[in-house]
Amino acid sequence: MQQLPKSIDKTSELLASEGYVADRSLATLTYLSLTLNRPIFLEGEAGVGKTELAKVIAKGLGRDLIRLQCYEGLDTSTSVYEWNFAAQMLAMRNGVGEADIYDEKYLIKRALLKAVEPHASGPPVLLIDEIDRTDAPFEAFLLEALSDFQVTVPELGIIKAQEPPIVILTSNRTREVHDALKRRCLYHWVDYPDFDREMKILTARVPEAKQALSLEVVAFIQKLREEDLFKRPGLAETLDWAKCLIALDVVALSPDVITDTIGAVLKYQDDIAKITGGAATRILDQIKQDMQALK
Amino acid sequence: MTSAAGTLPDNIVYFVRALRRAGVPVGTAQILEALRAVSVVGFTNRLDFHTTLRAMIVTRAEHLLVFDQVFTMFWRDPEFLENMITNLLPVITAPPVDPLMEPARNRAAEAMASGGGKPRCAPQQEQLEIDAQFSHSDVEKLSEKDFDAMTAVEIYAAETAIRTMGLNLPKVPGRRYGLAANAVQIDRRRALQGARRSGGEMILLPKRRAKPRRLNLVVLCDISGSMTSYSRMMMHFVHSVAQFQGQSWAAVHGFTFGTRLHNISPLLTIKDPDAALRAIGSHVRDWEGGTRIASSLGDFNMHWARRVLSTPSVVLLITDGLEREGIAKLESEMARMALQTRELIWLNPLLRWERFSPQAAGIRAMLPYVSSLVACHNLDSLQELSDSLRNGLHADHKKRLIGMLK
Repeated sequence: MQQLPKSIDKTSELLASEGYVADRSLATLTYLSLTLNRPIFLEGEAGVGKTELAKVIAKGLGRDLIRLQCYEGLDTSTSVYEWNFAAQMLAMRNGVGEADIYDEKYLIKRALLKAVEPHASGPPVLLIDEIDRTDAPFEAFLLEALSDFQVTVPELGIIKAQEPPIVILTSNRTREVHDALKRRCLYHWVDYPDFDREMKILTARVPEAKQALSLEVVAFIQKLREEDLFKRPGLAETLDWAKCLIALDVVALSPDVITDTIGAVLKYQDDIAKITGGAATRILDQIKQDMQALK
Repeated sequence: MTSAAGTLPDNIVYFVRALRRAGVPVGTAQILEALRAVSVVGFTNRLDFHTTLRAMIVTRAEHLLVFDQVFTMFWRDPEFLENMITNLLPVITAPPVDPLMEPARNRAAEAMASGGGKPRCAPQQEQLEIDAQFSHSDVEKLSEKDFDAMTAVEIYAAETAIRTMGLNLPKVPGRRYGLAANAVQIDRRRALQGARRSGGEMILLPKRRAKPRRLNLVVLCDISGSMTSYSRMMMHFVHSVAQFQGQSWAAVHGFTFGTRLHNISPLLTIKDPDAALRAIGSHVRDWEGGTRIASSLGDFNMHWARRVLSTPSVVLLITDGLEREGIAKLESEMARMALQTRELIWLNPLLRWERFSPQAAGIRAMLPYVSSLVACHNLDSLQELSDSLRNGLHADHKKRLIGMLK
């Protein structure tokens, strides 16, 4: 089992080794969460790397990643456990007694139960994704599960984690999550990265991209975020776009290229119309001027 | 916590106290956790210290800025901190009169002056009967009267009537299921559970049905000059509806707009109606000013719709629709909002005129996108809205007006 990082710097290195460029405050938060066994609550716009953090921590520490994708109407049978009734029925017909029917082999384990069970590689990383998509009853249920790291199966008893899992919750803020839940977590607002960090991330994630093109892409996206858009492009869009441009063998941005590939960056028709209708050329000229000035 | 010994714990407690004064709610448990976290991270790097405290204390994005400002002010100058705390202390030991309590006190005083001061010689029972009759007929008379034409006394009576009104809503099937004897769908889980008890024989077939869920209510209220005589009543109406939250609506969100959009949802939770209205009055800066419906709706669509309309919602749009500029934008914003709501109900006080016809450009632009158009100029019309929402039948002016347009 891999050791937990012993300092904030070590945490930073761990995340970087998996290609996740975290700023200092996110590294601090991760370190705190690992040391104090507190869940992390990440909030922010779509595509800024919230879910990715969980994946990277799991990979970096060599732990299992258990993902619970939230949706409205999520309940115990879909998040904790369910008895395999059909199998139980068949077993009863074959003469298995009432007492033996509640055996673990008839138990279908869902994400939360899996997370509190012992794992060979150490406590797993539990990712509760897009918690804002679920409803208040499930949030209330999570309160218990997250504060004691235990779940109850009435027929079997309480199952308590010997070592608490590393829990990461994410939210896109399409709904305000209740304060009681947030208070049990370390809260962090994940913002769009600044130019330098976005450059570093792009280099780490899409190493095949040429330096000149990367610079242009990041500068363009950074400028795009200042425009009056309905949905500003996230980090995920930057990476997608860079990959698209490489696939098309593009070496430098031009208005035509932007018009052809803007679907990778903007996902609303109004936004696309706004940018392809003149704004793209303006932003591109501005970037070229800025780069000239730098040289 | 021993490593964080010395004055640091004290300072953190002072710091939290200052934060609370600045309006960031922090619990005692959070302070203890913060102290523990600081002792883990150590007190060497200012940025780490800042992040640690912030992660432990802040739970909402809108508090981040306040936290950062208080943090900078607080940890820059310990002397300043000392002074600040000594200045704060007397306030803490002798809290000032809570401004929110004042209206309640005023009303209590009024009640004492009018009721308590009366001579006691008259037979009490008889007095009570007469009172009840009078108040009843008052409401009868008021219900047809336009809010615009009321005297102060009548307005007060109408406010009281609105307070008890509430707004019932239709329920829609939710995503969670409950047992129902006369449903169609078989609850397989329960059926198998039952069979297990009878040794593998299915005797009963329990049925299940989606449990009804409550909708969210979002109210957007125009408070510009042309709505002056109605906006106060509408605020009372919104407040009374918000107070029924949990009984009939899953959540009530309120917004006002004149020249700018304001979120008044937190203020609607203040129980006392007068205190709530006063708080709204001081929070909202554009009462009785101009109106920019299109840009306000645009602002709502951009920043709030994604947060408050993500679950099934009914939107009440209270406005006269008298927009002068940006008709094209108004139309596109209305279209976008209509796509995100289950029902978009337009409450328009202009419908008080029998022969009202949709001449204004703003009204013509908005009309096609609302699911219904309801009057809101007197108590009767509000009651009508309340009843029609519950029954799913709208006293609908929309069809009539659309017909006129053609």
